[in-house]
Amino acid sequence: MLDRALKGSQGYWGWLVFLLVLMGIGAGCWLYQFFEGLKITGMSRDVSWGLYIGQLTYFVGVAASGVMVVLPCYLHNYKAFGRITILGEFLAVSAIIMCLLFVFVDLGNPVRIMNVILYPTPNSILFWDMIVLNVYMLLNIIIGWNVLAAERKGIHYQKWIKVLIYISIPWAFSIHTVTAFLYAGLPGRHFWLTSIMAARFLSSAFCAGPALLILLCLIVRKVTRFDPGKEQIRTLAGIVTYAMLINVFFFLLELFTAFYSQIPGHMHPIVFLFKGLDGVGNLAPWMWAATVFAVISLILLVVPSTRRNEGTLAVACAVLIAATWIDKGLGLIVAGFTPNPFETVTKYWPTTPEVLITIGVLATGFFVLTVLYKVATSIKTEVAA
Amino acid sequence: MGLDRREFLKIAGMAALFGLGGKAAIDIFAPGELEASMEGIPVSKGKRWAMVIDIRKCLAQQAKDKDGCKQCIIACHRAHNVPDWGDPKIEIKWIWQDSFEHSFPDQHNPYIEEELRHQPVILMCNHCVNPPCVRVCPTQATFKREEDGIVCMDMHRCIGCRFCMAACPYGSRSFNWGNPRKAPKELNPDYPTNRDYPERCKGVVEKCDFCVERIARGELPACVEACDKIKAHALTFGDLADPNSNVRKLLKEHYTIRRKPELGTEPNLFYIV
Repeated sequence: MLDRALKGSQGYWGWLVFLLVLMGIGAGCWLYQFFEGLKITGMSRDVSWGLYIGQLTYFVGVAASGVMVVLPCYLHNYKAFGRITILGEFLAVSAIIMCLLFVFVDLGNPVRIMNVILYPTPNSILFWDMIVLNVYMLLNIIIGWNVLAAERKGIHYQKWIKVLIYISIPWAFSIHTVTAFLYAGLPGRHFWLTSIMAARFLSSAFCAGPALLILLCLIVRKVTRFDPGKEQIRTLAGIVTYAMLINVFFFLLELFTAFYSQIPGHMHPIVFLFKGLDGVGNLAPWMWAATVFAVISLILLVVPSTRRNEGTLAVACAVLIAATWIDKGLGLIVAGFTPNPFETVTKYWPTTPEVLITIGVLATGFFVLTVLYKVATSIKTEVAA
Repeated sequence: MGLDRREFLKIAGMAALFGLGGKAAIDIFAPGELEASMEGIPVSKGKRWAMVIDIRKCLAQQAKDKDGCKQCIIACHRAHNVPDWGDPKIEIKWIWQDSFEHSFPDQHNPYIEEELRHQPVILMCNHCVNPPCVRVCPTQATFKREEDGIVCMDMHRCIGCRFCMAACPYGSRSFNWGNPRKAPKELNPDYPTNRDYPERCKGVVEKCDFCVERIARGELPACVEACDKIKAHALTFGDLADPNSNVRKLLKEHYTIRRKPELGTEPNLFYIV
């Protein structure tokens, strides 16, 4: 099946080469980081996680969102999604690859990564995160590949695949819950120490992931002969709308608790994000942009005519992705460390090599995604023909 | 399987318990250096090590020196090969000073004595009874020694994920953002300062370990020794499990506070204000 990835148009190869160049630049910067240490990044002793861990968090959400196609299809027998489950599963696979790479590039001592397996530590959430992410990736590779292979041969996939599909549904929820637990159980980090964290993560994942999937479906329709379908995109848009409303609602709950209780520890990180604290306010323009994007996306999604129009829907999805990315991929991590345990503020902004490494990892993920989507769409068109 | 570091530390502790200091112990144990203050304290026998920091005595000593006293910091950082990066964003500190206001943010009080508010307080790892850093470490590179409660750090197992830094509510953990050997030469002319203490590579976390290597030999932690040497006696190290110990006596006689006690970490550092 993989041979389908070797036959493609000029645009296909051009895109892959473009991604390879970005991957090469990222790899070069990573080597520089490997030899010089993480001091080449914008992180510091006060803000000791940054862009990398933010991306990990964001893309765990994208990976988990695959379940929003799988669940209606297999639990509610919503047949229309049968056409695009493969796109959801392969998106999950490439998102998890990005997640694992983001953890890897964040490690101070990557050569010792196997210590996590050599000294298994059940009391560490990171240990469980490693397990759930890897298993979820394997589940999606096995399920996606086998279902696609069966479709190619015109037979029904084997029974044991169905078992794996049922396992993969709660598993998708687990990966983002465990990722939220990385943050939500740390004493003294007020912004993260909230029991709604996992719920917020899931809601933002279930809007951002399907929004990305809608954009991918539109691209697939444009560049391949496979059409993911109008109804499919319309149903996805409904899911995105509900999830985004819940996501914004959960965020407003956080604002209420912080500002009605007026406990400084709860207010400070939010004030830092939207206004700045102790003269450091570099994230404020971003957070306000995210707010505007969120409002625009909600208007476009809630109004039926703009939601059903694929042009305006694409705009809604793009601004929604931008809004959730700023919130989760940038603000969440930095605000968790701000103010620091001494209630002072240290500024964080990623450096150029740090951004290039991040882009390199993203390019790797999209490279895998392109190849997997090429295989999937080629086979789907062959079967249809 | 060979000895791992953890086992080695345990054996070293036991050896000291039976007076079997190794050759290295004798080499370093220069005669005449033993401070009078540690007489009568069975340093290698503690069940729950703790420290009482007398801020008043420390401040009195600070006032004597026009640049402020930093003897404990200098001694510790020399003993443990802690480089000076000259950059607060990536600095490594096992023991350091910060203002009272920053050290005890939960004691918020805008009308507290001006004197105290901006005065430096000595800070280091709290060696919590319930350490969040140990809970989150995915490789057990940081662990609590059950026999004496010291929160140790195996810098040769650490993968540098920095989860412990996110978990520590006291900012007591430092990461090697760069290679310690590449720290600016003009700030570290004689680095490494102690050839008998292990060096570490970039990308690992480190912190105060109550001088496990010294107490195994029956010596006091380097900071305490340095403070006693100048007769300030602001730092008292002892066994909290022993009701008759020096630290228990101080705790009985003085009102003491701990950093962020509401988090349930149970710090083993106590401050006399």
